[in-house]
Amino acid sequence: MFPFAFEWVPEATRYVFMGSLYAVLITLIIILHYCAIRAFLDMICKKDDHNSHH
Amino acid sequence: MNSASAPFDSALFPEGVKRCKFKWFLFWVAVVHGPLMVGVIAMLMCWGLALNVTYLNNNYPFGLWIAADLGIIALGAGAFFTGFLRYIVNIDELKNIVNYAVVIGVVCYAAAQGILGVDIGQPLRGWFIFWHANVHSMLTEVAFCITCYFSVLCIEYLPLILENRQLNKLGFFHGMAHHLHGAMPTIAAVGVFLSFFHQGSLGGVPGVLYGRPFAYREGFLVWPWTFFLFILSAIACGPCFTILCTWITEKCAGKRLVKRNVIDILAKISGRLLVLYLVLKTLDTVYWVVIAEKVGAPLSSFYANQPFGYWVLITELGILGVIPAIILLNAKARQNENILIIACILNCSGIFMNRWIMTVQALAVPVMSFDKFISYRPNWIEYASTLMFVWLGVVVIMLSYRYLPIFPQEKELNPS
Repeated sequence: MFPFAFEWVPEATRYVFMGSLYAVLITLIIILHYCAIRAFLDMICKKDDHNSHH
Repeated sequence: MNSASAPFDSALFPEGVKRCKFKWFLFWVAVVHGPLMVGVIAMLMCWGLALNVTYLNNNYPFGLWIAADLGIIALGAGAFFTGFLRYIVNIDELKNIVNYAVVIGVVCYAAAQGILGVDIGQPLRGWFIFWHANVHSMLTEVAFCITCYFSVLCIEYLPLILENRQLNKLGFFHGMAHHLHGAMPTIAAVGVFLSFFHQGSLGGVPGVLYGRPFAYREGFLVWPWTFFLFILSAIACGPCFTILCTWITEKCAGKRLVKRNVIDILAKISGRLLVLYLVLKTLDTVYWVVIAEKVGAPLSSFYANQPFGYWVLITELGILGVIPAIILLNAKARQNENILIIACILNCSGIFMNRWIMTVQALAVPVMSFDKFISYRPNWIEYASTLMFVWLGVVVIMLSYRYLPIFPQEKELNPS
Protein backbone atom coordinates (compact mmCIF):
# COMPACT_ATOMS: atom_id res chain seq x y z
CA MET A 1 0.00 0.00 0.00
CA PHE A 2 1.20 3.49 -0.81
CA PRO A 3 0.77 6.60 1.38
CA PHE A 4 -1.41 8.20 -1.31
CA ALA A 5 -3.90 5.28 -1.28
CA PHE A 6 -7.19 6.20 0.37
CA GLU A 7 -6.93 3.22 2.78
CA TRP A 8 -3.63 4.48 4.22
CA VAL A 9 -3.80 5.22 7.96
CA PRO A 10 -1.08 7.67 9.03
CA GLU A 11 0.39 5.81 12.03
CA ALA A 12 4.02 5.19 13.02
CA THR A 13 3.95 1.39 12.65
CA ARG A 14 2.61 1.67 9.12
CA TYR A 15 5.40 4.06 8.13
CA VAL A 16 8.01 1.73 9.69
CA PHE A 17 6.61 -1.44 8.07
CA MET A 18 5.89 -0.11 4.62
CA GLY A 19 8.95 2.17 4.71
CA SER A 20 11.23 -0.81 5.44
CA LEU A 21 9.57 -2.85 2.71
CA TYR A 22 10.04 -0.15 0.09
CA ALA A 23 13.61 0.59 1.30
CA VAL A 24 14.56 -3.07 0.77
CA LEU A 25 12.82 -3.30 -2.60
CA ILE A 26 14.42 -0.06 -3.83
CA THR A 27 17.87 -1.27 -2.66
CA LEU A 28 17.46 -4.53 -4.59
CA ILE A 29 16.20 -2.74 -7.71
CA ILE A 30 19.13 -0.29 -7.59
CA ILE A 31 21.66 -3.15 -7.20
CA LEU A 32 20.18 -5.07 -10.15
CA HIS A 33 20.08 -1.99 -12.38
CA TYR A 34 23.60 -0.95 -11.36
CA CYS A 35 24.97 -4.40 -12.27
CA ALA A 36 23.02 -4.52 -15.54
CA ILE A 37 24.17 -1.04 -16.60
CA ARG A 38 27.81 -1.80 -15.69
CA ALA A 39 27.62 -5.09 -17.62
CA PHE A 40 26.12 -3.31 -20.61
CA LEU A 41 28.81 -0.61 -20.54
CA ASP A 42 31.54 -3.26 -20.23
CA MET A 43 30.10 -5.05 -23.23
CA ILE A 44 30.01 -1.82 -25.31
CA CYS A 45 33.59 -0.90 -24.30
CA LYS A 46 34.86 -4.38 -25.17
CA LYS A 47 33.17 -4.17 -28.57
CA ASP A 48 34.79 -0.77 -29.16
CA ASP A 49 38.20 -2.17 -28.13
CA HIS A 50 37.64 -5.15 -30.39
CA ASN A 51 36.72 -2.90 -33.37
CA SER A 52 39.66 -0.53 -32.78
CA HIS A 53 42.14 -3.45 -32.83
CA HIS A 54 40.95 -4.35 -36.31
CA MET B 1 35.84 -38.91 -21.13
CA ASN B 2 36.13 -38.67 -24.93
CA SER B 3 33.62 -36.72 -26.98
CA ALA B 4 31.93 -39.90 -28.26
CA SER B 5 31.01 -41.15 -24.79
CA ALA B 6 30.20 -37.72 -23.34
CA PRO B 7 26.51 -36.97 -22.67
CA PHE B 8 24.96 -34.93 -25.47
CA ASP B 9 24.35 -32.01 -23.10
CA SER B 10 27.98 -32.01 -21.89
CA ALA B 11 28.58 -28.58 -23.46
CA LEU B 12 26.38 -27.17 -20.70
CA PHE B 13 28.33 -28.76 -17.82
CA PRO B 14 30.73 -26.70 -15.72
CA GLU B 15 34.31 -26.75 -17.05
CA GLY B 16 36.29 -29.93 -16.34
CA VAL B 17 33.66 -31.95 -14.44
CA LYS B 18 31.90 -35.21 -15.23
CA ARG B 19 28.17 -35.89 -15.06
CA CYS B 20 26.07 -39.00 -15.61
CA LYS B 21 24.47 -39.85 -18.94
CA PHE B 22 21.47 -37.74 -19.89
CA LYS B 23 19.11 -40.77 -19.92
CA TRP B 24 20.02 -41.54 -16.28
CA PHE B 25 19.49 -37.92 -15.35
CA LEU B 26 16.05 -37.99 -17.00
CA PHE B 27 15.27 -41.29 -15.28
CA TRP B 28 15.94 -39.86 -11.81
CA VAL B 29 14.02 -36.69 -12.58
CA ALA B 30 11.09 -38.89 -13.66
CA VAL B 31 11.36 -40.95 -10.44
CA VAL B 32 11.13 -37.78 -8.34
CA HIS B 33 8.14 -36.66 -10.38
CA GLY B 34 6.09 -39.63 -9.08
CA PRO B 35 5.57 -38.37 -5.49
CA LEU B 36 5.64 -34.82 -6.82
CA MET B 37 2.53 -35.49 -8.91
CA VAL B 38 0.76 -36.97 -5.85
CA GLY B 39 1.52 -33.64 -4.15
CA VAL B 40 0.11 -31.72 -7.13
CA ILE B 41 -3.14 -33.72 -6.85
CA ALA B 42 -3.29 -32.96 -3.10
CA MET B 43 -2.65 -29.26 -3.76
CA LEU B 44 -5.40 -29.14 -6.41
CA MET B 45 -7.77 -30.84 -3.98
CA CYS B 46 -7.03 -28.17 -1.36
CA TRP B 47 -7.65 -25.39 -3.83
CA GLY B 48 -10.63 -27.00 -5.55
CA LEU B 49 -12.45 -28.58 -2.59
CA ALA B 50 -11.30 -26.09 0.09
CA LEU B 51 -9.37 -26.78 3.29
CA ASN B 52 -11.99 -29.11 4.76
CA VAL B 53 -10.25 -31.91 2.85
CA THR B 54 -7.48 -31.55 5.46
CA TYR B 55 -7.62 -32.32 9.19
CA LEU B 56 -7.15 -28.65 10.11
CA ASN B 57 -9.97 -27.28 12.24
CA ASN B 58 -10.75 -24.42 14.62
CA ASN B 59 -8.63 -26.07 17.33
CA TYR B 60 -5.72 -26.48 14.96
CA PRO B 61 -5.60 -23.64 12.43
CA PHE B 62 -1.80 -24.15 12.53
CA GLY B 63 -1.03 -27.74 11.59
CA LEU B 64 1.61 -29.57 9.60
CA TRP B 65 1.87 -26.84 6.97
CA ILE B 66 2.82 -24.07 9.38
CA ALA B 67 5.10 -26.31 11.46
CA ALA B 68 6.84 -27.47 8.25
CA ASP B 69 7.01 -23.88 7.07
CA LEU B 70 8.78 -22.78 10.23
CA GLY B 71 11.09 -25.80 10.10
CA ILE B 72 12.01 -25.29 6.44
CA ILE B 73 12.68 -21.59 6.99
CA ALA B 74 14.95 -22.43 9.94
CA LEU B 75 16.83 -25.00 7.83
CA GLY B 76 17.14 -22.42 5.05
CA ALA B 77 18.93 -20.10 7.48
CA GLY B 78 22.14 -21.76 6.30
CA ALA B 79 21.96 -19.51 3.22
CA PHE B 80 21.88 -16.18 5.00
CA PHE B 81 24.23 -17.26 7.77
CA THR B 82 26.84 -18.74 5.41
CA GLY B 83 26.53 -15.56 3.30
CA PHE B 84 27.02 -13.49 6.45
CA LEU B 85 30.12 -15.51 7.44
CA ARG B 86 31.54 -15.38 3.91
CA TYR B 87 30.86 -11.78 2.86
CA ILE B 88 30.62 -9.84 6.13
CA VAL B 89 32.78 -11.80 8.62
CA ASN B 90 35.01 -12.66 5.62
CA ILE B 91 35.76 -16.34 6.24
CA ASP B 92 37.32 -17.01 2.84
CA GLU B 93 37.13 -20.84 2.89
CA LEU B 94 33.33 -20.66 2.88
CA LYS B 95 33.39 -19.43 -0.74
CA ASN B 96 33.56 -23.15 -1.56
CA ILE B 97 30.15 -23.92 -0.08
CA VAL B 98 28.29 -20.59 -0.15
CA ASN B 99 26.93 -21.26 -3.68
CA TYR B 100 25.33 -24.49 -2.56
CA ALA B 101 23.99 -22.81 0.58
CA VAL B 102 22.27 -20.29 -1.72
CA VAL B 103 20.72 -23.07 -3.84
CA ILE B 104 19.45 -24.77 -0.66
CA GLY B 105 18.13 -21.42 0.57
CA VAL B 106 16.24 -20.81 -2.68
CA VAL B 107 14.71 -24.29 -2.45
CA CYS B 108 13.74 -23.86 1.22
CA TYR B 109 12.18 -20.44 0.82
CA ALA B 110 10.39 -21.40 -2.41
CA ALA B 111 9.01 -24.42 -0.52
CA ALA B 112 7.94 -22.26 2.42
CA GLN B 113 6.09 -19.86 0.13
CA GLY B 114 4.58 -22.72 -1.85
CA ILE B 115 3.25 -24.35 1.32
CA LEU B 116 1.77 -21.01 2.38
CA GLY B 117 0.20 -20.73 -1.07
CA VAL B 118 -1.64 -24.00 -0.39
CA ASP B 119 -2.39 -23.11 3.23
CA ILE B 120 -4.10 -19.80 2.52
CA GLY B 121 -6.57 -21.69 0.32
CA GLN B 122 -6.98 -18.83 -2.15
CA PRO B 123 -3.46 -17.98 -3.37
CA LEU B 124 -4.85 -15.47 -5.86
CA ARG B 125 -5.57 -13.29 -2.83
CA GLY B 126 -2.05 -13.66 -1.47
CA TRP B 127 -1.29 -10.03 -2.34
CA PHE B 128 -3.85 -8.89 0.26
CA ILE B 129 -1.22 -9.19 2.99
CA PHE B 130 0.87 -6.51 1.25
CA TRP B 131 -1.91 -4.13 0.35
CA HIS B 132 -4.15 -4.58 3.40
CA ALA B 133 -1.23 -5.08 5.79
CA ASN B 134 -2.04 -5.51 9.46
CA VAL B 135 1.00 -3.63 10.71
CA HIS B 136 0.40 -4.75 14.30
CA SER B 137 0.92 -8.42 13.40
CA MET B 138 4.22 -10.28 13.52
CA LEU B 139 2.95 -12.47 10.68
CA THR B 140 2.83 -9.41 8.42
CA GLU B 141 6.49 -8.80 9.17
CA VAL B 142 7.16 -12.47 8.41
CA ALA B 143 5.31 -12.28 5.08
CA PHE B 144 7.15 -9.09 4.04
CA CYS B 145 10.56 -10.43 5.05
CA ILE B 146 10.12 -13.90 3.53
CA THR B 147 9.02 -12.58 0.14
CA CYS B 148 11.77 -9.94 0.12
CA TYR B 149 14.38 -12.43 1.25
CA PHE B 150 13.28 -14.87 -1.45
CA SER B 151 13.98 -12.06 -3.94
CA VAL B 152 17.41 -11.62 -2.35
CA LEU B 153 18.09 -15.35 -2.70
CA CYS B 154 17.01 -15.27 -6.35
CA ILE B 155 19.44 -12.39 -6.95
CA GLU B 156 22.18 -14.44 -5.24
CA TYR B 157 21.24 -17.44 -7.40
CA LEU B 158 21.25 -15.37 -10.62
CA PRO B 159 25.07 -15.17 -11.04
CA LEU B 160 25.25 -18.97 -10.70
CA ILE B 161 22.83 -19.35 -13.62
CA LEU B 162 24.69 -16.73 -15.64
CA GLU B 163 27.96 -18.62 -15.01
CA ASN B 164 26.66 -21.64 -16.87
CA ARG B 165 29.37 -22.47 -19.42
CA GLN B 166 27.30 -21.47 -22.46
CA LEU B 167 25.49 -18.48 -20.98
CA ASN B 168 28.78 -17.10 -19.68
CA LYS B 169 30.10 -16.83 -23.24
CA LEU B 170 27.67 -13.97 -23.83
CA GLY B 171 29.37 -10.71 -22.86
CA PHE B 172 26.41 -9.14 -21.08
CA PHE B 173 25.71 -12.22 -18.93
CA HIS B 174 29.39 -12.60 -18.10
CA GLY B 175 29.58 -8.96 -17.00
CA MET B 176 26.30 -9.17 -15.09
CA ALA B 177 27.52 -12.21 -13.14
CA HIS B 178 30.84 -10.47 -12.43
CA HIS B 179 29.20 -7.29 -11.13
CA LEU B 180 26.62 -9.22 -9.11
CA HIS B 181 29.51 -11.01 -7.38
CA GLY B 182 30.96 -7.58 -6.60
CA ALA B 183 27.66 -6.44 -5.10
CA MET B 184 27.28 -9.63 -3.06
CA PRO B 185 28.35 -8.14 0.33
CA THR B 186 25.55 -5.54 0.06
CA ILE B 187 23.04 -8.18 -1.03
CA ALA B 188 24.18 -10.46 1.82
CA ALA B 189 23.75 -7.58 4.30
CA VAL B 190 20.16 -7.01 3.10
CA GLY B 191 19.59 -10.77 3.45
CA VAL B 192 20.91 -10.76 7.01
CA PHE B 193 18.63 -7.84 7.93
CA LEU B 194 15.56 -9.58 6.48
CA SER B 195 16.42 -13.00 7.90
CA PHE B 196 17.04 -11.63 11.37
CA PHE B 197 13.56 -10.17 11.48
CA HIS B 198 11.56 -12.98 9.91
CA GLN B 199 13.33 -15.77 11.79
CA GLY B 200 12.72 -13.81 14.98
CA SER B 201 9.15 -12.87 14.19
CA LEU B 202 8.27 -16.50 13.56
CA GLY B 203 9.29 -17.06 17.17
CA GLY B 204 7.48 -13.92 18.21
CA VAL B 205 4.14 -15.25 16.95
CA PRO B 206 3.74 -17.91 19.72
CA GLY B 207 5.66 -15.77 22.22
CA VAL B 208 3.04 -13.00 22.28
CA LEU B 209 0.07 -15.35 22.86
CA TYR B 210 -0.55 -14.12 26.41
CA GLY B 211 -3.71 -16.24 26.65
CA ARG B 212 -1.64 -19.41 26.24
CA PRO B 213 0.83 -19.92 29.11
CA PHE B 214 2.52 -22.76 27.22
CA ALA B 215 3.76 -20.40 24.53
CA TYR B 216 3.77 -16.96 26.12
CA ARG B 217 7.11 -15.43 27.11
CA GLU B 218 8.20 -12.10 28.47
CA GLY B 219 10.88 -10.29 26.53
CA PHE B 220 12.71 -7.17 25.49
CA LEU B 221 10.65 -4.20 24.21
CA VAL B 222 8.08 -5.67 21.77
CA TRP B 223 10.05 -8.89 21.22
CA PRO B 224 9.40 -11.95 23.43
CA TRP B 225 12.38 -14.19 24.29
CA THR B 226 11.18 -16.70 21.68
CA PHE B 227 12.06 -14.06 19.05
CA PHE B 228 15.76 -14.32 19.95
CA LEU B 229 15.67 -18.08 20.57
CA PHE B 230 14.26 -18.70 17.10
CA ILE B 231 17.04 -16.66 15.47
CA LEU B 232 19.70 -18.47 17.47
CA SER B 233 18.26 -21.93 16.81
CA ALA B 234 17.97 -21.19 13.07
CA ILE B 235 21.59 -20.10 12.71
CA ALA B 236 22.68 -23.08 14.83
CA CYS B 237 20.95 -25.63 12.59
CA GLY B 238 21.11 -23.93 9.15
CA PRO B 239 24.81 -24.75 8.59
CA CYS B 240 24.15 -28.37 9.68
CA PHE B 241 21.45 -28.66 7.02
CA THR B 242 23.91 -27.32 4.42
CA ILE B 243 26.41 -29.99 5.53
CA LEU B 244 23.71 -32.65 5.38
CA CYS B 245 22.59 -31.66 1.86
CA THR B 246 26.22 -31.55 0.70
CA TRP B 247 26.78 -35.05 2.07
CA ILE B 248 23.64 -36.39 0.36
CA THR B 249 24.71 -34.76 -2.93
CA GLU B 250 28.19 -36.28 -2.58
CA LYS B 251 26.69 -39.72 -1.99
CA CYS B 252 24.37 -39.38 -5.00
CA ALA B 253 27.19 -38.08 -7.21
CA GLY B 254 29.63 -40.67 -5.88
CA LYS B 255 32.44 -38.16 -5.35
CA ARG B 256 33.78 -35.51 -2.99
CA LEU B 257 32.54 -32.01 -3.78
CA VAL B 258 33.75 -29.93 -0.81
CA LYS B 259 36.96 -30.22 1.20
CA ARG B 260 36.69 -31.44 4.79
CA ASN B 261 38.15 -28.25 6.30
CA VAL B 262 35.23 -26.22 4.87
CA ILE B 263 32.69 -28.63 6.37
CA ASP B 264 34.59 -28.56 9.65
CA ILE B 265 34.39 -24.75 9.89
CA LEU B 266 30.62 -24.82 9.43
CA ALA B 267 30.21 -27.73 11.90
CA LYS B 268 32.34 -25.99 14.54
CA ILE B 269 30.40 -22.71 14.26
CA SER B 270 27.13 -24.62 14.32
CA GLY B 271 28.20 -26.52 17.46
CA ARG B 272 29.13 -23.36 19.37
CA LEU B 273 25.87 -21.66 18.44
CA LEU B 274 23.92 -24.76 19.41
CA VAL B 275 25.54 -24.76 22.86
CA LEU B 276 24.70 -21.07 23.31
CA TYR B 277 21.13 -21.77 22.18
CA LEU B 278 20.77 -24.72 24.56
CA VAL B 279 22.02 -22.68 27.53
CA LEU B 280 19.58 -19.84 26.78
CA LYS B 281 16.73 -22.24 25.98
CA THR B 282 17.30 -24.08 29.28
CA LEU B 283 17.28 -20.77 31.20
CA ASP B 284 14.13 -19.75 29.35
CA THR B 285 12.49 -23.11 30.14
CA VAL B 286 13.36 -22.91 33.86
CA TYR B 287 12.09 -19.29 34.08
CA TRP B 288 8.92 -20.23 32.15
CA VAL B 289 8.23 -23.19 34.48
CA VAL B 290 8.55 -20.95 37.58
CA ILE B 291 6.39 -18.14 36.16
CA ALA B 292 3.74 -20.49 34.75
CA GLU B 293 3.49 -22.25 38.13
CA LYS B 294 2.84 -18.88 39.80
CA VAL B 295 -0.05 -18.04 37.44
CA GLY B 296 -1.70 -21.43 38.06
CA ALA B 297 -0.39 -23.42 35.11
CA PRO B 298 1.93 -26.09 36.55
CA LEU B 299 4.40 -27.86 34.25
CA SER B 300 2.48 -31.14 34.57
CA SER B 301 -0.60 -29.51 32.97
CA PHE B 302 1.40 -28.80 29.79
CA TYR B 303 2.50 -32.42 29.42
CA ALA B 304 -0.62 -34.21 30.66
CA ASN B 305 -2.01 -35.15 27.25
CA GLN B 306 -0.46 -37.77 25.00
CA PRO B 307 1.25 -37.69 22.61
CA PHE B 308 2.62 -34.46 24.14
CA GLY B 309 4.10 -36.01 27.30
CA TYR B 310 7.36 -35.16 29.09
CA TRP B 311 9.22 -37.13 26.44
CA VAL B 312 8.73 -34.14 24.13
CA LEU B 313 10.78 -31.86 26.40
CA ILE B 314 13.46 -34.50 27.01
CA THR B 315 13.77 -35.39 23.32
CA GLU B 316 13.89 -31.79 22.12
CA LEU B 317 16.51 -30.53 24.55
CA GLY B 318 18.38 -33.75 25.32
CA ILE B 319 18.51 -36.20 22.44
CA LEU B 320 18.11 -33.64 19.65
CA GLY B 321 19.98 -30.84 21.43
CA VAL B 322 22.70 -31.88 23.85
CA ILE B 323 23.92 -34.93 21.87
CA PRO B 324 24.53 -33.08 18.56
CA ALA B 325 26.08 -30.16 20.49
CA ILE B 326 28.62 -32.51 22.16
CA ILE B 327 29.48 -34.11 18.82
CA LEU B 328 29.81 -30.79 16.98
CA LEU B 329 32.05 -29.33 19.69
CA ASN B 330 34.40 -32.31 19.67
CA ALA B 331 37.05 -31.97 16.96
CA LYS B 332 37.69 -35.75 16.79
CA ALA B 333 33.97 -36.54 16.48
CA ARG B 334 33.64 -33.94 13.71
CA GLN B 335 36.40 -35.66 11.73
CA ASN B 336 34.36 -38.88 11.62
CA GLU B 337 31.96 -38.33 8.75
CA ASN B 338 29.28 -40.74 9.95
CA ILE B 339 29.16 -39.25 13.44
CA LEU B 340 29.10 -35.73 12.02
CA ILE B 341 26.16 -36.59 9.77
CA ILE B 342 24.29 -38.16 12.72
CA ALA B 343 24.84 -34.90 14.64
CA CYS B 344 23.52 -32.89 11.69
CA ILE B 345 20.43 -35.12 11.39
CA LEU B 346 19.74 -34.81 15.14
CA ASN B 347 20.24 -31.04 15.05
CA CYS B 348 17.90 -30.57 12.07
CA SER B 349 15.31 -32.92 13.61
CA GLY B 350 15.54 -30.89 16.83
CA ILE B 351 14.68 -27.69 15.03
CA PHE B 352 11.71 -29.33 13.34
CA MET B 353 10.52 -30.68 16.67
CA ASN B 354 10.89 -27.26 18.29
CA ARG B 355 8.79 -25.65 15.55
CA TRP B 356 6.16 -28.40 15.83
CA ILE B 357 5.98 -27.86 19.61
CA MET B 358 5.71 -24.07 19.33
CA THR B 359 2.90 -24.24 16.77
CA VAL B 360 0.94 -27.48 17.24
CA GLN B 361 1.52 -28.32 20.93
CA ALA B 362 1.05 -24.65 21.84
CA LEU B 363 -2.46 -24.87 20.38
CA ALA B 364 -3.12 -28.36 21.76
CA VAL B 365 -2.64 -27.59 25.46
CA PRO B 366 -6.09 -26.76 26.95
CA VAL B 367 -6.25 -23.26 28.41
CA MET B 368 -9.64 -23.02 30.13
CA SER B 369 -10.85 -25.45 32.80
CA PHE B 370 -13.72 -26.52 30.51
CA ASP B 371 -11.43 -27.00 27.49
CA LYS B 372 -10.92 -30.54 26.31
CA PHE B 373 -7.76 -31.86 24.72
CA ILE B 374 -8.31 -32.63 21.06
CA SER B 375 -5.67 -34.53 19.15
CA TYR B 376 -4.41 -33.66 15.68
CA ARG B 377 -2.81 -35.85 13.06
CA PRO B 378 -2.24 -34.53 9.54
CA ASN B 379 -3.86 -36.52 6.72
CA TRP B 380 -2.25 -37.67 3.47
CA ILE B 381 -3.27 -34.49 1.66
CA GLU B 382 -1.30 -32.37 4.10
CA TYR B 383 1.72 -34.71 3.94
CA ALA B 384 1.66 -34.99 0.15
CA SER B 385 1.26 -31.25 -0.48
CA THR B 386 4.08 -30.48 1.98
CA LEU B 387 6.45 -33.10 0.56
CA MET B 388 5.66 -31.93 -2.97
CA PHE B 389 7.91 -28.93 -2.43
CA VAL B 390 10.69 -31.18 -1.14
CA TRP B 391 10.58 -33.17 -4.40
CA LEU B 392 10.46 -29.94 -6.37
CA GLY B 393 13.56 -28.82 -4.45
CA VAL B 394 15.30 -32.09 -5.32
CA VAL B 395 14.69 -31.40 -9.03
CA VAL B 396 16.08 -27.85 -8.68
CA ILE B 397 19.18 -29.21 -6.91
CA MET B 398 19.63 -31.91 -9.59
CA LEU B 399 19.45 -29.31 -12.36
CA SER B 400 21.74 -26.90 -10.50
CA TYR B 401 24.32 -29.61 -9.82
CA ARG B 402 24.32 -30.78 -13.44
CA TYR B 403 24.53 -27.44 -15.19
CA LEU B 404 25.81 -24.79 -12.77
CA PRO B 405 29.22 -24.31 -11.15
CA ILE B 406 28.07 -24.60 -7.55
CA PHE B 407 31.06 -26.57 -6.22
CA PRO B 408 34.30 -24.68 -6.99
CA GLN B 409 36.46 -27.49 -5.50
CA GLU B 410 34.88 -30.33 -7.49
CA LYS B 411 37.45 -30.24 -10.32
CA GLU B 412 40.39 -30.19 -7.89
CA LEU B 413 38.97 -33.02 -5.75
CA ASN B 414 38.12 -35.20 -8.76
CA PRO B 415 40.89 -34.87 -11.36
CA SER B 416 39.97 -36.67 -14.60
